[in-house]
Amino acid sequence: MPTSAADFAQFKPASDQSLLIYFTHQVTLDSHQHVTKLLRLLGSEPITGIRNLHPGYGSLLVVFDGRKLGHDELEAILRAYLDRLEDVPLPQPRQMEIPVCYGEEYGPDLHEVAEMHGLTDAQAVELHASATYVVYFLGFVPGFAYLGELPQSLATPRLPRPRPRVPRGSVGIAGRQTGVYPFPTPGGWRLLGRTPIAMFRPDRGDMSFLSIGDRVRFIPISRQQFAEMENA
Amino acid sequence: MSVIHVQAPGLFTTVQDLGRGGYGPMGVSASGAADPVSLRIGNRLVGNDEGAAALEMTLLGGSFLFPQGAVVALTGSDFGAILDGSIIECWKSLEIRPGQTLSLGPTRSGARCYLCVRGGIEVRLFLGSASTHILSGLGGLDGRSLRKGDVLNIGQAETSLPNAALSAQALWRLAPRKILRVTPGPQCDWFPESSQHLFYSGTYHVTEEANRMGLRLEGDPIPTRSGAGEMTTEGVSLGAIQIPEGGQLIVLFVEQQTTGGYPKIANVISADMASVGQLRPRDEIRFEKVSWEMARSLLREMEDLISG
Repeated sequence: MPTSAADFAQFKPASDQSLLIYFTHQVTLDSHQHVTKLLRLLGSEPITGIRNLHPGYGSLLVVFDGRKLGHDELEAILRAYLDRLEDVPLPQPRQMEIPVCYGEEYGPDLHEVAEMHGLTDAQAVELHASATYVVYFLGFVPGFAYLGELPQSLATPRLPRPRPRVPRGSVGIAGRQTGVYPFPTPGGWRLLGRTPIAMFRPDRGDMSFLSIGDRVRFIPISRQQFAEMENA
Repeated sequence: MSVIHVQAPGLFTTVQDLGRGGYGPMGVSASGAADPVSLRIGNRLVGNDEGAAALEMTLLGGSFLFPQGAVVALTGSDFGAILDGSIIECWKSLEIRPGQTLSLGPTRSGARCYLCVRGGIEVRLFLGSASTHILSGLGGLDGRSLRKGDVLNIGQAETSLPNAALSAQALWRLAPRKILRVTPGPQCDWFPESSQHLFYSGTYHVTEEANRMGLRLEGDPIPTRSGAGEMTTEGVSLGAIQIPEGGQLIVLFVEQQTTGGYPKIANVISADMASVGQLRPRDEIRFEKVSWEMARSLLREMEDLISG
């Protein structure tokens, strides 16, 4: 008999009006697909009283109206959804490309990261641009995609002191993750480069350039190309 | 159309309603009024739907000219409002005659005061809400706080709802608290008994780094269990109390990040979130643990008090 996600999922109240569902505490493609399928199912068959959904790596935070639902009641409803996860079809992933100008003022941490791994700057860029990444989820701020996994030979811890303001479009790495800052925000990821494209645009249909499940590659561009694309 | 001329914006004044739900999968948090209880009561006082957009002022209020007049109510903290030389009481509906100017000053109590106007403040909605999201520069008036010279449109008052005033006793029971009640956070077991004890017995000061995204607190550092390891990033809830390395607390607030990677020791209960919106830098607070049942019944009690 095939196992149901309900057999291994763990439920944990996060607040009096939210409940966490964990498929795993690791970063795996399997649990990412469980999260994506559950999001799709909750999108097509919404549960009355659910106010919001915050996806994570192998987990989903479900925010609900405490006047309409309780933790136990919601868990029972969600378990029935989990039993049906295997049958939820996932669309063919989109292949997305993000142009990046690496190094210098656009990637102030590139040289240090390369040195930490005994690489030249060019080798570090090549490593970052060689992988195809999965959008595990969008989180943090509007349109911020958590991309994994960064090649192990480039895995680097966060900065000990986060920058108070990271410029829009900055491409950073942290652990085995990489991502693009859609807005100028505080941030502790090490910055390798910058993209001229807008990651979140409220006047665009999708708003977010990337969606959960997309496959992403970074394409190195020159400073001149960056300037041209930025002004386009 | 009736308008408001912003003659002085105050320290940090934004357009807020009850926020936008349902966009977490895009990384968009709900946002909305920092003290939604005051916003809801203020809107009811002027006969609005309780989620109408209003002005949220922070620590220091502004000056507003009403060329065509308006019906307004001030709720939340007392910012010493004056209308053409007369002192104005909060928590009451008030008729402003054409050409009068309402002026507010520094706070005399908590962090935020709401100026609700019959008809609501009209701005272009972003994802179904008028709420300003400062970090992303979206929503509200051009995604920013008000400036001198801004002109705000007042919406058309729909059917005239009755002006519903709350009893003094209800207001007293809804008053902001400095002892915040909490339920255990999803990583509370990352903190040993001694850390839990520290957390629940300690007093904390709100630092200057307190805004709509979150409030950094200062107090005895709370160590995590040794060898607790690293968390994978997960969805975080409103009012989550997270503890990064170093052990100083951060309370996630209305304009919160949707996900985070720090362990959460506890979560402020929903009934006390409006109190968080009234905390000022240097305020001293404590935490008190309550059961899930208690958190739920306090939420119901609050809702009953607001609906009168």
